[in-house]
This record gives sequence, structure tokens and C-alpha cells, in this order.
Amino acid sequence: MRFDWNWDFTLEILPRLLRAALNTLIAAGVGYALAMVLGLIFALALRSPWRLPRTLLREGLEFIRSTPLVVQIFFIFYVGPQIGITLSPWVAGMIAIGLHYSAYLAEVYRAGIEAVPRGQWEACRALNMSTRDSYFRIVLPQALPHAIPGMGNYLVGIFKDTPMLSVIGVTELMQAANSIGSETYRFLEPYTLVGVIFLALSLPTAGLVRLGERRLRSKLGL
Amino acid sequence: MDLSAYPLELPESDRPMVRFLNVTKSYGSLVVLDNLNLDIQRGEMVSVIGPSGSGKTTVLRMLMTLETINGGVIYVDGKPLTHMVRGGRLVPADEAHLRRMRASIGMCFQHFNLFPHMTALQNCMEGPVQVLGLSKAEARARAEDLLAMVGMIDKKDQHPSRLSGGQQQRVAIARALAMRPRIMLFDEVTSALDPEVIGEVTEVIRKLVAEHDLTMLMVTHQMGFARDISDRICFFYKGKIEEQAPPEQFFANPQRERTQQFLRAVKDAD
Repeated sequence: MRFDWNWDFTLEILPRLLRAALNTLIAAGVGYALAMVLGLIFALALRSPWRLPRTLLREGLEFIRSTPLVVQIFFIFYVGPQIGITLSPWVAGMIAIGLHYSAYLAEVYRAGIEAVPRGQWEACRALNMSTRDSYFRIVLPQALPHAIPGMGNYLVGIFKDTPMLSVIGVTELMQAANSIGSETYRFLEPYTLVGVIFLALSLPTAGLVRLGERRLRSKLGL
Repeated sequence: MDLSAYPLELPESDRPMVRFLNVTKSYGSLVVLDNLNLDIQRGEMVSVIGPSGSGKTTVLRMLMTLETINGGVIYVDGKPLTHMVRGGRLVPADEAHLRRMRASIGMCFQHFNLFPHMTALQNCMEGPVQVLGLSKAEARARAEDLLAMVGMIDKKDQHPSRLSGGQQQRVAIARALAMRPRIMLFDEVTSALDPEVIGEVTEVIRKLVAEHDLTMLMVTHQMGFARDISDRICFFYKGKIEEQAPPEQFFANPQRERTQQFLRAVKDAD
């Protein structure tokens, strides 16, 4: 058994891993942006007055939350072409990750919206505001501070799930470390660096989320 | 429900500002209001009093269309509020009809319900800009006038969290008035306030009564205030109007047993 850390090798592979980390950031960022938008649409649709679409959507989101992300990635990438939807690994991966996390964010938004007191809706009605204005000008701005901690958790979660994209060949951090390992038969340095890079990305994110929440609350006068 | 017996519109000669016609409201098997008939005339100030659970707040909430009704029709200025005319008969109102009709009604709440993420001024500008389509400048001028009227102009840039309950309620009154309603509803607007700030809110309402020709409906527990400013007192008991009369007569000479009991109980509590 050997445990010999090679600093020269570490420095040699670092640039390659950092380039891959940039891809990880892009995949997580785009996936998260998609999840935020889809999640909001789903959260609002779950509160719509039409029962049938609401039920279908609720069951659909439950299905997404109850099945592994990696299965969904495989499904979109490999089964998609059979029904005529051929996507590059990047696009398939970000759709899968965005859709998966939108199902969780929809719940976070829903809880945030429900935390806004009913009196706020009644004030909107008494001022004769439209449903749209009531949501976007009154209720959602107040729901956001409630939703931010949960949103932050899933932002860190989406980072940590990007390695799953390596299964369809997206060259993110994990994929790069795997290639280095199979080219050089050295695994200690690449995988350790992967861990360190993830830690370096996740820790500040959590801190920034907390800061953002405080800023938002004071900006909204809450 | 058979609506054919209800007029599509009230005749010119008999057109109060508000008419509740056989209005029933229930939650499941619990009947909150039982066949309510109540007219409120133009410019009239009516105070609704009664023990809790008597359905008095529900009257206001139905008129603000915060609650649907289970029977009867409510008319505002002669036109149906809870219903609309389709193909020559009354059908339940849709959202577009409610939005048209609601424009003439404003409401203040027990817990103010100001928008916490907006300043006092922004609270008063929101409706005029977003709903009435006023320019920012027009809305600001209107809001500042009203905030001055309620004595809150020097706090106009404060968020509600920085204001006392009495101050918040005065802003809420200005916010409702900024929509230029013809009917104002006050739902226990002093019930959540500390005793020492109740006066500043009742002062504003007194001023409204004296200086504006608004039609007002107020639910209150303050008998003295109701006696001073109302044209008529309506006493609710178990979902019905038990007794109604001008305040002098109502307080000096209540006719019904229930009314006498209620007034005695209130006096003892003071």
C-alpha cells in the first residue's frame, strides 16, 4: 500500500481540473437558472384554480422527486433519441438537472408563498389588484426571503450533483479526474483535488446565500 | 338557487348605495348570516355591532367580495355585485365583473394589512398606479395629500415595521381612500390598537364623516364612537339583524331583550 502525495503531479493536473471546474460551474449555474424559472412556473401552476392540470402536475413533480437524478439523466440522453429528441450531453444534462431541481424548488417556493399572511391577499383584493400584480408585486417579494434558505441548500446540492453528468460524458470536474486517473494510474491527487475544489465552491456559496438573505430582508424593510 | 325573483337592476326610485337582498352565508352546516336584508343609503354611516360570532364582520367581507355568498344578491348602486346579467338573467359574477364592481369599494382591516416591503407612500401609490393607471406623479400627489390628511406625511418614507399600530392604521385608511371609493368599510379598525392610540384613528374617521360624502359601514366594539358618528346602529345577533335604529334611540331606548343584555354587558366591561 502506498500513500505518496506528488506535488509536481498535483500542479501539473491542477489547470486541467480547474478548466473542468469551470464547466461544473456552468452546468450548475445554467441548471439552477432553469430550475428557478421552471420551479416558479410549477409553484404558481400548483396554486391555479384548475383541478385536473394541478393534480397531473403534482403527481409529475412527485415522480421526479421520487426517482434518482442519474436515471433521469440517462433517460433524457438515451431514450430521447428514440422518440426523436436528440440532445448533446451538455443540453441533456442541464435539462435533466434543471427539471430535477425545479421539482424541489417548486416546493420551496410554495412554502414561501404560503408563509405570506392571508391579509396581504385580502389587501390586494380590497385595492382591486389583478391576480398577476398581487403575485408579482406583493406576495412573491414577501415570499422570497422565506424561500432563500431552501433555495441556497439546493444551489449547493446542484453543485454536488453535477458529477452525475459524467455518466453521459459531460466533461465536468469528475469526468476530468476520471480521465486523469485512467491515463496515469494515479488517483489520490485528482480525486483529492476534486474534493477540495468542491469544498472551495460550496462553502462560499452557503455564506453568500446567508448574506443575500440578510440584504434582501433589509432592502424589503422586513 | 332560483334567481328569477331578483331584479337585474334596482329601479331609479329605489336605489340605495348598498342592498343586501335575502343574503345567506354558511360554512358547511354553520349558518353565519341567515337571510340578511339591509339597505345602506348614499352618504350614510352605519355601525354594525354585536357579540363575536354574530356575523358582523362577514357582512363587510361579503361586500368587499372576500367571501362568496350562498344565497341572495348584493346590489351596489343598483347593480348586482355578487352576480351579473347574462342573457337576460342573473348568473354568479366572474372575476372581470367583480373587478369592475369592486372599484367603488374600499376597506380597512383590523390588522391593517399594509404591504411590509413598501414605504407608507408606496403603499398609497400602489393601487392608483397599478390598478387605476395614474402616472407616478399624479399618484404621488394624491398619496401625499391623503397622508397629510391622516397626519402621516412626515412618516411617508417609513416602512410599516417602523410605525406604531395607530400610525399603520392611518396609512391604511389613506391607502384605501387613494382609490377614491364611494363606499368605505372599516372592519374593527381599532380592535388591535393600544388604548392610547385609538383616538388618533377615530379622529381620522370622524374627519371623513364630517368632510366627505362617503357611504360607510363600520364594524366596531367602541359604543361611544359608534354613537357619536353613526346615522344608524345595526345590532347583529346569531346571523340576523336583531335591532336597528338611529344611535340616540338605539342606546337610550333599546327595544329588544338581546340588545339590552348586550348593552348592559358592554357597559359592565367598561
